[in-house]
Amino acid sequence: MAHALGQNEKTLTETGALRVSGRIGSVDPRVRILAAISFGIVVVGLSSLMTLSVALGLSMGLLLLSRLPLRPTLKRMAMMDSFIIFMLLLLPFTVPGDPIFTLWGATASWQGLWRGVEIALTANAVILALMTLVGTMEPVTLGHALHKLRMPETLVHLLMFTIRYIEVLREEYLRLRAAMKVRGFRPGTNWHTYRSFGYLVGMMLVRAIERSERILQAMKCRGFSGRIHLLQDFALTVADRRFVALFGGALLLLICLEIAWR
Amino acid sequence: MHIVDGALSNPVVIAGAVAAVGGIALGLRSLTLERIPAAGVLSASFFVASLIHVPIGPSSVHLILNGLAGLLLGCAAFPALFVGLLLQTVFFGFGGLTVLGVNTVNIALPAVLAWMVFGRLIGRGSPVQGAIWGGVGGAFAIAATTGMVAVSLAMSGDEFLPAAKLVFFAHVPVMAIEAVLTGFAILLARKVKPELFVKGLPA
Repeated sequence: MAHALGQNEKTLTETGALRVSGRIGSVDPRVRILAAISFGIVVVGLSSLMTLSVALGLSMGLLLLSRLPLRPTLKRMAMMDSFIIFMLLLLPFTVPGDPIFTLWGATASWQGLWRGVEIALTANAVILALMTLVGTMEPVTLGHALHKLRMPETLVHLLMFTIRYIEVLREEYLRLRAAMKVRGFRPGTNWHTYRSFGYLVGMMLVRAIERSERILQAMKCRGFSGRIHLLQDFALTVADRRFVALFGGALLLLICLEIAWR
Repeated sequence: MHIVDGALSNPVVIAGAVAAVGGIALGLRSLTLERIPAAGVLSASFFVASLIHVPIGPSSVHLILNGLAGLLLGCAAFPALFVGLLLQTVFFGFGGLTVLGVNTVNIALPAVLAWMVFGRLIGRGSPVQGAIWGGVGGAFAIAATTGMVAVSLAMSGDEFLPAAKLVFFAHVPVMAIEAVLTGFAILLARKVKPELFVKGLPA
C-alpha cells in the first residue's frame, strides 16, 4: 500500500487541518456517507456498460465539485491489488463465448472482455464516489458522523483511537527505519532482511502496547469514567436537502437508464 | 487482498456483510473501554505495518500480518481489522464499499481462528518455541485468508475459478514471509516483554 503514499505525504490529515473540498465540503457529513452508500448499492446493481459509464461520469463530476487534486485521486482510484488486475486480464479467457482471438491455444471471448470492463467500471465509479464524498472529510468528523448514524459507540472510539495514532506510529516506524539505514541495513531477499523486519514489527508492537498503557494512565489521571463524549453536532440545512434531492434524482436516472438500455 | 466492487455476486456480498456484522459485534463485546486504547493503538500499528514493503526476488510484497493481529488482540482483532480496512477504503481507495463486509471477514476471521488455535501455545515454553508457533499461526492466517478470497470469488462465478487457484498458489511465498516475520516479531516480544503473553493484553 506504500506506493499510494508519496515520500513526504501524511497518512491521514490532522484534526483542524484545512481541507479543500469545494462544494462537497459544505454538505452535511451524514448525508455524504449515506449518499456514498446508496450510490455504491445502486451502481453495483447496474449491468449495462452504458449506464456504468454514466455512473463513472457522475463520480467524475463529484470529483470536480470536490476540488480534490485530479491526478493523485485518479491514480488512487485506478490502483487495485495486482491479483485483481490479473483476474480481470484472465476473464476473457475463462468466460466462454464468441471468440476474439486465440493466444497459445486459449480463446479470448467478447463476453469475458465485457465482463472484465463491467467490473472495472463498477469498481472505479464506486471507489471514486466514496473518496470524493467521504474521503474529503476530516477523519475525526467521519467518526462523529458514523456515531450519529448509530454505529456502536465502542466501534467509534476504536476508530478514533486508530485515526489518532496512525500518524504517530508511522513516524515511529520511519524513525526505526532511519536507525536501521544508518547502521547499513539494505533490504534484500535474504534471511537477515526478514529477521530484521520481524524484529522491527515486534518492536513497533511492544512500543505500541507500552504507549497504550501510558495513554490509559493519562486518561484515568484526568478522571476517565468509562465514557468518551462526542461533542460534534450536525444539522441539516436547506443546501443539504437540495443536495439530497439532486443526488437522489441522479440515482433514479441511473436506474431508469439501466432499465431502458438493458 | 482487497476484492473490488462489482466482482462478487449479491448472495456472497450479503453473506459477507452479515458475517462481518456478527464478528464485529462479538469482538466489541470483549472490548471494555479500558482495553480500547490498547486495541486502537494496535489497530493503528497494523495499519502502519501494511505500509511496509518486504522485498522478495525482483518484486516486493506488502505485509498483512493478520495472524499477528489475532494472536495479540483475540476476538477484538475483528473490529480492529475492520477499522483499518474502512480507513484504507475511504482515504486510500483500496478495495470497495459494498465488499467491505466480505473483505473484513476474509482478513479478520482467519486472525481470530489463529488466536483460538495457536493463542495459548505462543506463551508457553521457551521464546523460540513460542516464536515457532507464532510463525505457524501467521502462515495459517494468510493461507486461510487467501483461501477465503479464492472461495468468495469461486462462489460468485465459475469464470473466476482459474484465477482464484492461481492466486492461491502465487501466494505461497507470501505465506512463508509472513510466517517468518510473525515468528521473529513474537520472538522479540517474548524476550522484551515476556509478561505480554502470560496475562494477555493489559486489561
